[in-house]
Amino acid sequence: MAAIAQRDVLKLLRDRPRLAVNLAFPLFLVVGLGSLLQPTVGVVTRLNAVTIAFTGVLAATLFQSAAAGMISIVQDRETDFARVLFVSPVSRATLIAGKVCGECLVALAQAGCVLGFAVAIGVPVPGAKLPALVLACLAACLAGAGLGLATVAVLPTQRSAMDVFQFLIIPQYVLAGVLVPLRGAAPWLNVVSLAMPLRYAVDLTRAAYYAGTPGYQAAVVTSPLVDSVVTGGLAAAFLAAGGLLFSYRERTR
Amino acid sequence: MSRREAGDAVIEVGDLVKHYRGAPFNALDGASFLVPAGTLFCLLGPNGAGKTTTTSILTTTLAPTSGRASIAGLDVVADQAQVRREVGIVFQQPTLDVNLTAEENIRLHAVLYGCYPWRPTWRLMAGAYRRQVTELAEILGLAGWLHRPVRTLSGGTRRKLEIVRALLPQPRVLFLDEPTAGLDPQTRRGLWAYLREARAERAVTMFLTTHYLEEAEAADAVCVLAGGRVIEYGSPADIKARYSRPAHGSLEDAYLLLLDRAGGPR
Repeated sequence: MAAIAQRDVLKLLRDRPRLAVNLAFPLFLVVGLGSLLQPTVGVVTRLNAVTIAFTGVLAATLFQSAAAGMISIVQDRETDFARVLFVSPVSRATLIAGKVCGECLVALAQAGCVLGFAVAIGVPVPGAKLPALVLACLAACLAGAGLGLATVAVLPTQRSAMDVFQFLIIPQYVLAGVLVPLRGAAPWLNVVSLAMPLRYAVDLTRAAYYAGTPGYQAAVVTSPLVDSVVTGGLAAAFLAAGGLLFSYRERTR
Repeated sequence: MSRREAGDAVIEVGDLVKHYRGAPFNALDGASFLVPAGTLFCLLGPNGAGKTTTTSILTTTLAPTSGRASIAGLDVVADQAQVRREVGIVFQQPTLDVNLTAEENIRLHAVLYGCYPWRPTWRLMAGAYRRQVTELAEILGLAGWLHRPVRTLSGGTRRKLEIVRALLPQPRVLFLDEPTAGLDPQTRRGLWAYLREARAERAVTMFLTTHYLEEAEAADAVCVLAGGRVIEYGSPADIKARYSRPAHGSLEDAYLLLLDRAGGPR
């Protein structure tokens, strides 16, 4: 499992363009859009919009990175590298677990850069909040990895997987409250956002960050317990179902 | 030698059938043959005959529709994990990770097959691993390429690397799915020299699929597939004696005549 995970980490570290884009995009969202939203979102919520953006983008980065990383399984299949893995004596569960670990490590490394950058530009991140933030980050990773694996399991090619993936991710950036908290959103919008897995990961991250602060009520919309159960449940369900379906389709063409 | 006579068979295939979803006919339609241990066995056939399907089933990456197949007495469906420990495979298409170095590709394979415990770097890997890899690399002329990214290696060097990788776990059966396709004659000759040496030293059974009939000439047994069925089985000399014109001509002549009589490719 460690060997498979290491492969994914090395792939990222040696793919400089991918590394640059994966770091630049969340940083742009935090600083650029966060600053743009300060006169509106910041005033209404009485919270710093850059900090709001940071908490949302942190969860979204983890979620999206882990999901996209799992979709690279299809690339492996199309280049026949997956056959090397599948013909080895390692169980399918271990192969998938190794892939999940590797992509989560990649996602966490990116999130670490987002966190470091946020601290550098003045977003306060007290050390006492780090353990809760780390747990929230792990939940976001696993939920994203599960969604990615489930997507790959039902789609035959990398092209179709990426097309569908964009369709799944982009609405979530809007409807999951990544940049704008959902508190006070129109009822129909709230209902639609309930179907977005990223909503719960973002809310859980904000709950960890804003716990014990006056901004908690404005930033967090659901109980952390509900967020944890939903995020963890979705992660478990997607990973289990996706793993089983992926293995089944590989052998029964 | 007949399909049923082989004494100590390491591979046994009986009435194997494979029907792909949505396909108009069976890719394998009741194929049966035996592969004696320690031999170079060659599976021939035109495109679409079922060679890759057979290899995929034997290496447990594809489930058969019906029939039976076993490697070293292990059923390929019921005993998948054990079968995978007994086989190595060099695929027709390149299967190296171009983002890794040559040694990292080998290391991943060695760890997956339980040959050595995982360590994050070459220097931290077990001394036995480093010696074994260095020795194999020197035999194949890869010593200077071990720590270079695979994307910088030529096609022939990559193919050698795949063979080193496949042989590292010391499999009982090595599947070679058109291993020299696309390589120049000099590289092909070098690869075969190494494979002959490896076979002699390790007593490994080699299961070869190829379109190069001259490679099949060196086999101990040849099995010809057409339309998913076995249409001939025997040593190259026997097949040439039965089918080539004039008698004892080339295996290619015999093979083409055999296919012609069987009705050609589907």
